[in-house]
Amino acid sequence: MNAPTLEYVELAPLITVFGAAVVGVLIEAFVPRRLRHLVQVALTLLALLAALVQIILLAGTELVGAVGAVAVDGPALFLQGTILVLAIISVGFFAERRLEGGGDAFAPAASSLPGSEEERVLVRQGMLQTEVYPLALFAVGGMMLFPAANDLLMLFIALEVMSLPLYLLCGMARRRRLLSQEAALKYFLLGAFSSAIFLFGMAFVYGYAGTLRFGEISEALTANLGQDGILLAGVGLMAVGLLFKVGAVPFHSWTPDVYQGAPTAITGFMAACTKLAAFGAMVRLFYVAFGGLRTDWQPMLWAVAIATMLVGAVVALTQTDIKRMLAYSSIAHAGFVLTALVAADSSATAAILFYLATYGIATLGAFAVVTLVRDSGGEATHLAKWAGLGKRSPLLAATFALFLLAFAGIPLTSGFVGKLSVFTAALDGGAAPLVIVGVIASAVAAFFYVRVIVLMFFSDPAPEGPTVAVPSLWTAVGITLGAAATLLLGVVPGPLLDLAQQASVFVR
Amino acid sequence: MTFPWLTTLIALPALGALLTALVPSGRGTLAKQVAIGAALVTLVVGALISLQYLFDIDMGVEAETYEWIPEFGASWALDVDGISLALIALTVLATPIVALAMWREAEDETRDPKAFFALLLSVEALTLTAFASRDLLLFYIVFEAMLIPLYFMIGMYGGPQRRYAAVKFLLYNLVGGLLMLAAVIGLYVQSVDAGAPSFFVPDLVALDIDTDTQRWLFLGFMIAFAIKAPLWPFHTWLPDAAAEATPSNAAFLSGVVDKVGTYGMIALVLPLFPDASREFAPAIVVLAVVSIIYGALLAIGQTDMKRLIGYTSISHFGFIVLGIFALTGEAASGATLYMVNHGLSTIALFVIVGFMIARRGSRQVGDFGGVQKPAPKLAGVFLFAGLSGLALPPLSTFLSEFLVISGTFLRYRPAAIVATLGIVLAALYILWLYQRTMTGPVRPDVEGMADLRTREAVVVAPLFALILLVGFFPKPLVDVIDEAVEPTIVEVDVERPEPLAPVAEPVEEGTGR
Repeated sequence: MNAPTLEYVELAPLITVFGAAVVGVLIEAFVPRRLRHLVQVALTLLALLAALVQIILLAGTELVGAVGAVAVDGPALFLQGTILVLAIISVGFFAERRLEGGGDAFAPAASSLPGSEEERVLVRQGMLQTEVYPLALFAVGGMMLFPAANDLLMLFIALEVMSLPLYLLCGMARRRRLLSQEAALKYFLLGAFSSAIFLFGMAFVYGYAGTLRFGEISEALTANLGQDGILLAGVGLMAVGLLFKVGAVPFHSWTPDVYQGAPTAITGFMAACTKLAAFGAMVRLFYVAFGGLRTDWQPMLWAVAIATMLVGAVVALTQTDIKRMLAYSSIAHAGFVLTALVAADSSATAAILFYLATYGIATLGAFAVVTLVRDSGGEATHLAKWAGLGKRSPLLAATFALFLLAFAGIPLTSGFVGKLSVFTAALDGGAAPLVIVGVIASAVAAFFYVRVIVLMFFSDPAPEGPTVAVPSLWTAVGITLGAAATLLLGVVPGPLLDLAQQASVFVR
Repeated sequence: MTFPWLTTLIALPALGALLTALVPSGRGTLAKQVAIGAALVTLVVGALISLQYLFDIDMGVEAETYEWIPEFGASWALDVDGISLALIALTVLATPIVALAMWREAEDETRDPKAFFALLLSVEALTLTAFASRDLLLFYIVFEAMLIPLYFMIGMYGGPQRRYAAVKFLLYNLVGGLLMLAAVIGLYVQSVDAGAPSFFVPDLVALDIDTDTQRWLFLGFMIAFAIKAPLWPFHTWLPDAAAEATPSNAAFLSGVVDKVGTYGMIALVLPLFPDASREFAPAIVVLAVVSIIYGALLAIGQTDMKRLIGYTSISHFGFIVLGIFALTGEAASGATLYMVNHGLSTIALFVIVGFMIARRGSRQVGDFGGVQKPAPKLAGVFLFAGLSGLALPPLSTFLSEFLVISGTFLRYRPAAIVATLGIVLAALYILWLYQRTMTGPVRPDVEGMADLRTREAVVVAPLFALILLVGFFPKPLVDVIDEAVEPTIVEVDVERPEPLAPVAEPVEEGTGR
C-alpha cells in the first residue's frame, strides 16, 4: 500500500492554522507567563494573516486533495477566507484589555472555582489567560476544514475540531462565571448529542452508498434509483447535526443560552464563524453528495426554514437581554439563508456565500459594541439599560443602529443586498411561499430591531445607566471595519457579489 | 459627455446633508444656513432642469445610466418625464421653504438642531432619486431608505407622542416595503426567466407577464404604495405622524414625500402591470372614494389642528388615486397635477398652523378663537391656504380636482358623483376650522398674539405665488404632464370611453380661467 500523497501547497492554509495552534500549545508550556500574552496574540494574528494570504494566492484553484477528503474550490476558499478575516478581527476583540482594567474578557484560570479564594488571588495578581488563542486557532482550523470536507469522515472530524474548543471557550467568561459555565455545559451536552446523531446518520449513508466520498455517494444515488429507507434516514439524521450547528428550529434551543452566557467576544466569533462554516458544510453536503435526492430533502428543509424564520423572529420580540435578542435574530437569519439553500437554484450558492459574509461582519461588529456598554457588574446587557444611549454616546449608538438596520435588511446596508440575493435565489428556485414567509418574518424582525433603536435614541437615559467604555485600538478598529463594510457592501455590493458568483462552483 | 444634471440634482442635497452634519455642535445657526444654502442651490439646478421641459430651452439634460450592480442588472439610471418633472419641481421648491419654516422648530429641544436639517436634506436627496430613478432596484432602495431619516425626524423632534407615531410610521411603511420587495424580486425573476436579468424599468415594462403573476406582483406594489400615499384602510399612520411630527416636518412628509406612493402607482404600477391594473381598477376606485369621504368626515370631527390637516390629506390622496385608476387621460393628468397642488396647499396649511401653534403653545382648535383681530395677516394667509385646500377656483387646486372628477366621470360615474361630495365636505372642514379659530370673540390667551413675521411671510409668499401661478397659467406644466401620462394610459390600453357630452380639452379648461 502506498503512502497517500498530500497537496501541501493547496492545503497550506489549513496546515498553517493547525500548525500555529500546536505551537501555541507549546508556548503555553515553555514561554514565561509574562510574555505569553504578547507571544500568543502575535503568533495567532500572524498565522491567520499568513493563511489568509495563502488563500488569496490559491484563488481559482479547483481540486480534491488529501486523497479525496478535502476539496479546494471556490466555495471552500471563499468561506475560509471570510472566516479568516472574521477571526482576525475577533482575535483583536479577545486581546482587548482596556475594558476590564488590565484584564481581558476571560477568567484568569478557567479551572478555578467561581467565587473562590483562588480566583480572587489570580485576579489580584493580574493573571491573564492565554489558552484562548490556541483554542481559537483550533476552532478556526476546524471551521476552515468543515466547509471544505469532501468526505463524511473528514466532515465529522472537522465538526469536532471546530466544536470542542468552542465548548471550552464558552465557559471562560471573567464575569458571571456560573452563567458562562452553564452555557458551556449546555452547549457541550447538546452538541455532543447532535454529533452523535450526525455520526449515526453517516453510518446509514455509508451503509447505503458503501463509500464516504461525496462524489461517490452522489454516483451511488444515481446508480441505485430505488429510494432506500436507510438513505433517507441517514440524510435526515445528518441534517439534524448540521441544523443544530446553524441554529435552525427545532434544534435551536441552545443558541440563546450559549450566546448569553459565553464571553461576548466569543459569542460574536462563534455567531459569525460557526454559521459560515456550518452552512458551507451543509451546502456542500446537500448539493454535492445529496444533490440527486433534492426532491426528498427539499420538503423537510422547507418546513425547517419556515419554522426557523418565524420562531426566530417572533420569540425575539419578547427578549429583554440584548445578547439573547441577537441570538434569536441569528436564528431568524439562519432561516433566511435556508430559503436560498432549499431552492437549490444555480444562483443559490453565490447568494448564500454573500449573505453569510455580510451577516458575519455585521454580527461581529454588533457583539463588539455590546462589550463596550458597561456598568459596575460588567457588560450591561439588559435592554432597559440601553435607554438613552444615543444621547450619551451618539456615535456608538449610531454604529449599533447601523448593524441593527443591516440585520433588518434596510436598503443601503449590506443586509439588504444579502436578503435580496437569497430571496431572489429562492424565488428563482420556485420557493415563492418561502419568500412570502421570509418577508413577513423580516417585518416582524424589523420591529424588535427598531425597538432597540427607539430605546437608544428616543428614550431618556436611565439615571444609573451604564457607561460606554473607551476601548483600545483593537476593538475600535474592529467595530469601524465592521461598520464600514456593512455600509460599503450596501452601496457598492458589486465586487463581493461578483467574487461570490465566481466562487460558487463546487468541485466534484 | 454632457453635464450630469440629474446626478448633480441628487448629489447636491446629499452633500448638503453631509456638510450640515459636519458643522460643529453648538453652531446651530450656521448649520441651518448651510442647509438652506444647499436647498437653494438644489432649487436653482432643479429650476434649470425644468426650463428644458417646461419651455423647451435646451439645457442638455439627458437620461443618465451608470453601471451599479452588474450582477443583478441594476444600474444608476435616471431620467425625467413630465410626471417626475412635476414632482421634482415640487420637491426642490418645497425643501427650502420647509427648511425656513422649521427654523425655530428644533430650537427649544435639548438636541442640536443640525441633525434635523441634515435629515431633511437627506430625505430630499432620496425623494429626488425616487422621482428620477428608472431602475426598479434603485427606486426600491430609496423608497425604503428614506423611512429611516424620516423616522428619526418624527421620533426625535416631534410632540409628546412622537415615539409612538414614529414607530407606527416606520412599521406600516416597512411592512408595505417588504411586501413590495417580494414583488420586486418576483418581477426580477420574470426578467431572469426571460433571459435578460434587469431592473431597468423600460426592460421590465417590455416583459410579457401572464395575468396571474401580474395580479400578485400588482398587489405587492400596490399595498406598499397605498400605505405610503395613505389610502383607506392603510392610512392610520398618517394622522398620528401628522399630529406628532413638527408642523414643517408634517408638511414635508405629506406634502412631498408621500407623493412617492402615488408616483409609484402612476409611473410604475400602471405601466408594469397593465392587465392587473385594469382588473383591479374598480376595487381601487372604491377604496379611493371611501378615502375621500372618510378622510373628509374625520377631518370635520377633529379637535387637533394638525390631525385635522392629516385627515384632509387622506381625502386628497383619495382624489389622486381616483384620478390614477380612473384610467383616462384627463383623470391621470389631473391626478399628477393634483400631486403638485396638494403639495403646495398642504405645506402652506401645515406651516401656517405651525406658526399658530408656536404662538399659542397648543394645537387644539378650542384654544384659539378670534385670532383675526390681533393677527389679521396671519388669519388672511390661513384663509388663503384653506381656500386653496378646498379647491376654490381659480387657485391651482381647482383645476386638478376638476380634471380628476371629469376624467373619472367618463368611466365611473357613481364614483365621480360621490367624490364630488368630498368637495362639499372640504368646504365644511376648512371654513369651520377658520370660523372656530379666527373669528368670533377674542379669547383672552390669544389677545397679544403676534402677527405674521417677516420670516413667516417669506415662507408663505412663494407658496401662494405658485398656487396662483399654476392656477392662472397651467399650460406648460399640464402639457408636459399630458405628454408623459398619455403613453401610460395607452399602455394600459383600456377602451377610451366616449364623452357623453362635449368635454373641453383639459389644457383649455385651465387657461380659460
